[in-house]
Amino acid sequence: MTDETAPAKKPKKKRLTRLQLERRRMIMRSLGAGAAVVTASLVGWYPVLNRMFDRLRPPGALVEDKFLAACIKCGQCVQVCPVQAIKLGDSDEGYGLGVPYIDARSQACDFSCDAVQCVLACPTGALSHEIATKEEVTMGVARLARPDRCLAMKGEGFKGVVQGPDFEGMLRYEEIDRWEPIKVADHPYDLELCDLCVRECPIEGAISLVAMSEGDGEHRFVPTITDKCVGCGTCEMMCPTEPAAIVIDTEMSLGETS
Amino acid sequence: MSMKWYAHKLAMMFGAKPRRPDKAEETDAAREMKKFQKTPEQSAIRREIIAKEHEYPLVSNKWKYIRWTSIILINLMFVVSFSWDVQLVEGAMTASRFLGFHMADPTSALMVTLAYKDLMLNLIIGTVTVAILWWFFGGRAFCSWACPYHLLAEWAESIHVFLANRGWVKDHPFHRGLRVVLWVVFMVLTFLIGLTVYEYVNPIGIVSRALIYGPTVALVWVIFLLGFEIFFTRRAWCRYICPMGLSYGVIGTAAPVQIKYDLSKCVHEGECRAVCLVPHVLEITKMGYAQDTTEYIAPDCTRCGLCIDACPQGALSYTFRGLDKVI
Repeated sequence: MTDETAPAKKPKKKRLTRLQLERRRMIMRSLGAGAAVVTASLVGWYPVLNRMFDRLRPPGALVEDKFLAACIKCGQCVQVCPVQAIKLGDSDEGYGLGVPYIDARSQACDFSCDAVQCVLACPTGALSHEIATKEEVTMGVARLARPDRCLAMKGEGFKGVVQGPDFEGMLRYEEIDRWEPIKVADHPYDLELCDLCVRECPIEGAISLVAMSEGDGEHRFVPTITDKCVGCGTCEMMCPTEPAAIVIDTEMSLGETS
Repeated sequence: MSMKWYAHKLAMMFGAKPRRPDKAEETDAAREMKKFQKTPEQSAIRREIIAKEHEYPLVSNKWKYIRWTSIILINLMFVVSFSWDVQLVEGAMTASRFLGFHMADPTSALMVTLAYKDLMLNLIIGTVTVAILWWFFGGRAFCSWACPYHLLAEWAESIHVFLANRGWVKDHPFHRGLRVVLWVVFMVLTFLIGLTVYEYVNPIGIVSRALIYGPTVALVWVIFLLGFEIFFTRRAWCRYICPMGLSYGVIGTAAPVQIKYDLSKCVHEGECRAVCLVPHVLEITKMGYAQDTTEYIAPDCTRCGLCIDACPQGALSYTFRGLDKVI
C-alpha cells in the first residue's frame, strides 16, 4: 500500500470499522442479555438449595426435588380440589413458582373428593398416579407440637367455632352433606372434652385420644398419632387453639430430621 | 422451491442473516419479473403508486383484531373454566386439558422431561396433540394467536414505536441467534440441575397462571420485561429470547397454512417489514430478493397477519399450501 492511496482509503475503512463496531456492540449486548436472562432464571435456585420453604405438598407428591422437577406448573390440581386447599407458590419460592402446596392451617386437604382428584388431574405424575386412595397418601405426619396448649390434655372442652367466625376454611361433614363441604365457621361445636383432631380426622385409626396415666380422677387425654396418619392437615386446621397445638411435619422436614 | 433456498429459510430461523437468492436458486419467471420491474417505466409507475399511498394511507386492522380476539378468547376459556367451573380448558398455558384431552406446551413438556428424567405418557400425548394443532397453522402461530404475553408485548411494542417515532427511545436489537443459544442453555441447565430453570422466568406461564389463579409477585418480572421492551429493545422476549417460540417455529416449518407473497403485486415499499415481529422472513419483499414469483414466507413467521393488513397492494395473503394448485 503506497502513501498516496492510504488517505483516499481511510474514510472507507473508517466506515467499515463503525459497522463492525456496531455489530460488535450488538453481539456484546446479546451476550449480556442472554447472561442476564440465565442469571435471572438461576436466582430461583437459591430458595430451593437453601430449603427456605418447607411446604406441605398435595397428596401423592413425589419427594421435594423430584416434585419440583416433574411439576409442569399448570395448576390443574388447584382446579379440581373441592375445598380449594391447593395454592400455587410465588416467586419467593424460587423454582417453587407455580408449584402447588397446601397451607393446612388455613385450608387442609380433608379428602372431600374421596378419590384424590388432584392426583388424577396431574398431567405429569408429579402427584404420583400410583396412589388411588386417601389411605395411601404420605404428605407428612401430624405432631403434637404444643402439648401445653392442647385442650384435651388440659381436660377442657370446646364451645364455639374453630378459628373464629371469620375463618374461611371448609370441611366436609359427612353427617350434614357427604358431597358438599361447608364452612367450618358455620358449624359450631359444644364439646365437653375437645376431641376435634380425632373427631374430624378423615383417616380411620390415624389419631386417637389416649387417657393420661398420671390422672387424679381428671379426664385428661393425649392426642396420639399412629403410623396411619397421612399428613392431610385436617387436625391442624380444626385445632381450636391459636396457634394450633397439633401441626403437620412435611415429608421434607421429616426426611431431613431422620 | 430449491432445497438450498428452503434450507436458507430454515437457517434464518436459527439466526442466519437474510440474503438474496443466488442465480441457481432464482426461478426464470422471477428473474424475468424482476427485470421487468426494474425498467424505467415500471419504476415510475411504482413511485406514483407509493406517492399516492402516502397521500391516502390505507390502514386496515382486520387481522389484528381477529387475532386479538383469538388470544383473548383462548385465555378467557382458561379463566372461566376455573372461575365458573365449566371445565372447558383446565390448567394453564404450560399444560391443560381441553374437554378432557391432554394438551402440553412442547417446550414445557420437554423441560419437565429433562428435569425429571422420565417419560410421562400424558405429556407425550399432550405434546403431540399441541404439536399437530400448531403444525397445521404453521410457523409460530401459537405466539400470535394464543400467547397471552404476546398480546401484552404487542401493546408495549406500540408504545415503543410511538416513542421511537418521536426519537425518545431507540431500538437496541440483539442477535437472533441468541434465542437458539438460550434454548440450548436452558435445556442443558434443566437437565444438569434437574429443576425447571426456565419456568422461573417464563412470562407466558406467569401471565397465564396470574390470569387464571390470581395475580402473583412474579408479575413484577413480566412488568420489567415489558418496560425493557418499551424503552430498550423492541419485542426483546418474543424476538430474541423465548424458547417456547423457537420450538413452535420448528414444529411449524412445513405447515398447511402459509402466508403467500406475490411478487407481481409488490411495489417494494417495505410497509410489511416495518410492522413484522420477525422482519427477516419478509426480506423476500425487498427489490430483487424474491426467489419465485409467488413464494411462501419463511418458517419463523407467526402468521399474525400484520403484514397482510399493512400491504396496500394485497401482495401478501393467507393461503393453504398447495391449494392454489388444486383449484
